Amino acid sequence: MSAEDALKSKFDGGELAFSQFRDNHRIVVPAAKLFEVLAFLKNEQNFDMLAEVTAVDYLEYEGAKDRFGVVYVIVCTKSGERLVIKTFVNDPEPLLPSVYSLWKSADWLEREVYDMFGIRFSGHPDLRRILTPDEFTAYPLRKDYPLKGRGERHNFPVLTRAES
Amino acid sequence: MAMKDVPDNIFMTSLDAAASWARSNSLWPMPFATACCGIELMATASSRFDLARFGAEVMRFSPRQCDLMIVAGRVVMKMLPVLQRIWLQMPEPKWCISMGACACTGGVFDTYAVVQGVDRFIPVDLYVPGCPPRPEQLMAGIIALQDKIKHGGTLNGTEFGKRTQPTGPTPYDLDELIRIREANEKLISIN
Amino acid sequence: MPFEVSDLAELDAPDKEYLWTLNFGPQHPATHTTLRLILTLDGETVVNAVPHIGYLHSGFEKLGEHLDFNQYVTIVDRMNYISPLHNEISWHHAVEKLLGIELTPRCKYLRTILAELMRIQDHLLNTGTCALDLGGFTAFLYFFQQRELIYDIVETASGQRFHTSYTRVGGVAFDVNNAWVNKVRSFVKGFAAVHAEVHRLLTRNRIFIERVKGIGYLSAEDCINMGVTGPLARASGVLRDLRKDEPYLAYPDLDFKVVAAKDGDCYARYLVRMQEMVESIKIIEQCIENIPEGPVNVDAGSKAVIPAKPSVYRSIEGLIQHFEVMMPNRGFPTPKEEIYAATESPNGELGYYIVSDGTPRAYRARTRPPSYIHFAVFPQIIKNHQLSDVVAVLGSLNIIAAELDR
Ligand code: SF4
Repeated sequence: MSAEDALKSKFDGGELAFSQFRDNHRIVVPAAKLFEVLAFLKNEQNFDMLAEVTAVDYLEYEGAKDRFGVVYVIVCTKSGERLVIKTFVNDPEPLLPSVYSLWKSADWLEREVYDMFGIRFSGHPDLRRILTPDEFTAYPLRKDYPLKGRGERHNFPVLTRAES
Repeated sequence: MAMKDVPDNIFMTSLDAAASWARSNSLWPMPFATACCGIELMATASSRFDLARFGAEVMRFSPRQCDLMIVAGRVVMKMLPVLQRIWLQMPEPKWCISMGACACTGGVFDTYAVVQGVDRFIPVDLYVPGCPPRPEQLMAGIIALQDKIKHGGTLNGTEFGKRTQPTGPTPYDLDELIRIREANEKLISIN
Repeated sequence: MPFEVSDLAELDAPDKEYLWTLNFGPQHPATHTTLRLILTLDGETVVNAVPHIGYLHSGFEKLGEHLDFNQYVTIVDRMNYISPLHNEISWHHAVEKLLGIELTPRCKYLRTILAELMRIQDHLLNTGTCALDLGGFTAFLYFFQQRELIYDIVETASGQRFHTSYTRVGGVAFDVNNAWVNKVRSFVKGFAAVHAEVHRLLTRNRIFIERVKGIGYLSAEDCINMGVTGPLARASGVLRDLRKDEPYLAYPDLDFKVVAAKDGDCYARYLVRMQEMVESIKIIEQCIENIPEGPVNVDAGSKAVIPAKPSVYRSIEGLIQHFEVMMPNRGFPTPKEEIYAATESPNGELGYYIVSDGTPRAYRARTRPPSYIHFAVFPQIIKNHQLSDVVAVLGSLNIIAAELDR
C-alpha cells in the first residue's frame, strides 16, 4: 500500500487534498493536522528524511486565499519515494508546530523560514534569526518587502583614509 | 656638509622613494575573500598564474602582518563591520584593491543585503572589474598598484588627512531617491 | 545545534570557569570563505560549537522572483562557485520539468559531461584545500593545475572560464565543436596520472591520516535524520545517489557505480571523493565517444526556447520568437503550478522549488542548498574533538558560503 493510500484510509474526512504534477506527489494538509500527518508518515510509513522546508508568500498570487504556504519535502530513503506536503497559515500570527522532534534537519530549515517570512514554529528549541543580522526587523522574502530593501544596506559608518 | 645646509625635502624624498620602491615590490596581501572572486584569487596565487612573480605571494591571513587588502567578493550587511574592523587593524601604510564587480559596485546583486560597493565605507585604491576578473586582470591590477606606490609615495592616514579632504560617494544614491519617490507615489495613489 | 537550556546553566556555574570561548571566523583561512563559529573549549577540547552564518547572505531567492527563467541562470551560477555550471544544470532541470520540456539527446549528453566535469572540479578543490589546511601544499597545486584545464574546457564551450551562464531553457547557449571534444579527451587522458600522484602523496601519508582518520564521525542514522546527502552521506554508508535513484539527463544510459564507504569519518569522505572522480572520468569517457549528432536545442516550435541565431537573422518567425522570449513585457505562458526538482550536485541534493504564476518569471525560486543542511551537522560532529580538528572537519564537509547563505 502506498503512503498516499495509507493516509487516505487513516485520515478520511476529506481534509487532505491529493494531487500530482509531473513526478511530484502533493498533499495539502490543514495546519491543525500537520504534525499528526507528518508524524504518521515518519513513524509508520518510513519517511525518514526531511529534505526541505520552505515557505511561499501568496500575497500577490492570483486567486490565492491564504497568505503563506509552507512546504515540506520528505523522502523515504529505502524506496526513494518523495512526498510534498503543503499547508497554509495566515496573518497576523502565522504559527505552525515544529517538526524538530521528528527530523533534526528541521532545526535550521525552520529557522530560515522564520527569518525570511516571520512564520513561527512552536516547540522549536532555538528560533532565532539565522541569515540576516540580529537587529534586522523586516522579513525579506515577504512580497511586501522591496527587492532593494529599505536602506539597511547603507546604514553604516564611513571610514575615510584619514581616520584609518 | 652640515645637516642644515641640505634642503629639508631632498633627503626625505629620496628615502621615501627607496622605501616606496621596496614596499611596492613586496606587498603582503590580506585576502579578504568572501565569495567566488576568492576562488579566482586562489587561482592567481597557485600554479599556472603564480603571483609570486610580482612579489605579492605572501598571503597572510592576519591583518596585522599585511599592507594590501584585496576585497574579493561581495560584502553584505553582516560582513561590513568585520571588513571595517580588519581594515582598521592593518598597520600603515596600507592599500586596498577592490576585486570584482560585487566589491566595486554590488555587481549583479542589487538587493537588500549587499553593500553597493565597498568604497562607500572604506577607502579603495584600485578597482579591478570583472565577474570574476581573470587572474591576468588581477595581476595587471597589482602591477598598476605597484606603479602607484612607486610614484605616489607612501602616506599614512594622518598625513593624508592634512593634505586633502576625503572624497568619494556619499552613502546614499539614486536608487534611494527612486525608492523614496516611489513610496510617495504610492501614498498619493492611495489617497 | 542549539544549546539545551540545561547546558547553558551548566556553563554559567562557577566550577566551569576553566571553560573558555574562542571566536573562529568569519575571516579565517580555513573557513575558505565566511563562516563563524563560537567555540567553547576545555583546554583544547571543543565542548560546544555554535555556528553563526549569514555573512554572505545576498538575497539570491529574492532576485529569483524578479528575473525570468533564462536570466536567473546568471545568478544561480554564483551559488556554489566551485562548480558553477552544475547549478545552472540543476536550475534548468527544474525549469524544464516545470515546463514539461524534453531535451534533445545531444543536449543531454553535453550537460552530463559538463556536470561530471563540475563534479571533478568541485572534488579537486575540496580535497586540495582540505590537504592544504592540514599542511600539504603540493596536492593543492597539482589539483589546481587540473582545475585550470577544466576551466579551459568550459571556456572553449561557453566563452567564460568561471561563471559561464551556459545553459538555457531547452538547451545550451552554443553548441560545441570537435576542438572541444578533443580538449575533453586530452583532459581525460592526462587526469589519471595526476590522480594517482595525489593518491601517492596523501592516501598513505602518515601525517595526513593521523589528522583525518576517526575524526568527525557521522553515523548513517544521523545522516538520514539530519538530511545529509551526497558524498558525506555516502561516506557514512547511506547508499543514495539521485543519479541512480531519480535518473535524469543521460544517466540512465550510462554505466557507473555509486561510491560509498562505511567509516563515516573525514578519511572516508576523502576516499569517497577521490573515487568519485574516477567514476566521473568513466562517465565522461562513455559520453564523449557517443555524443549523438543532431540539434542541441529543442525545437523552436516550443514557445519557451530562444531560437538559434541564424534563424533570428534570416527569418521573421525566428525574430518574432526571439523578441517574445527576450522582451521583459512579453514572455511565454507557463503552467500555473509548483514543482520540486532535485539533482545530485557534487555536494549533495541540490533542489529547486519553483512556484510559477503563469509568467516566465518564478513567483518563488527556492533553493535547497546542500551546504546549508550539512553545516547544521557540524556542532554535533565536532563535540569532544581537539581544536585542530575543527579545520579537518570543516575541510571535509565542503561548506560553500555562498550556497550556505544565498
Ligand atoms: S564579482 Fe562576480 S565572481 Fe566576484 S564575487 Fe561578485 S558575483 Fe562572484
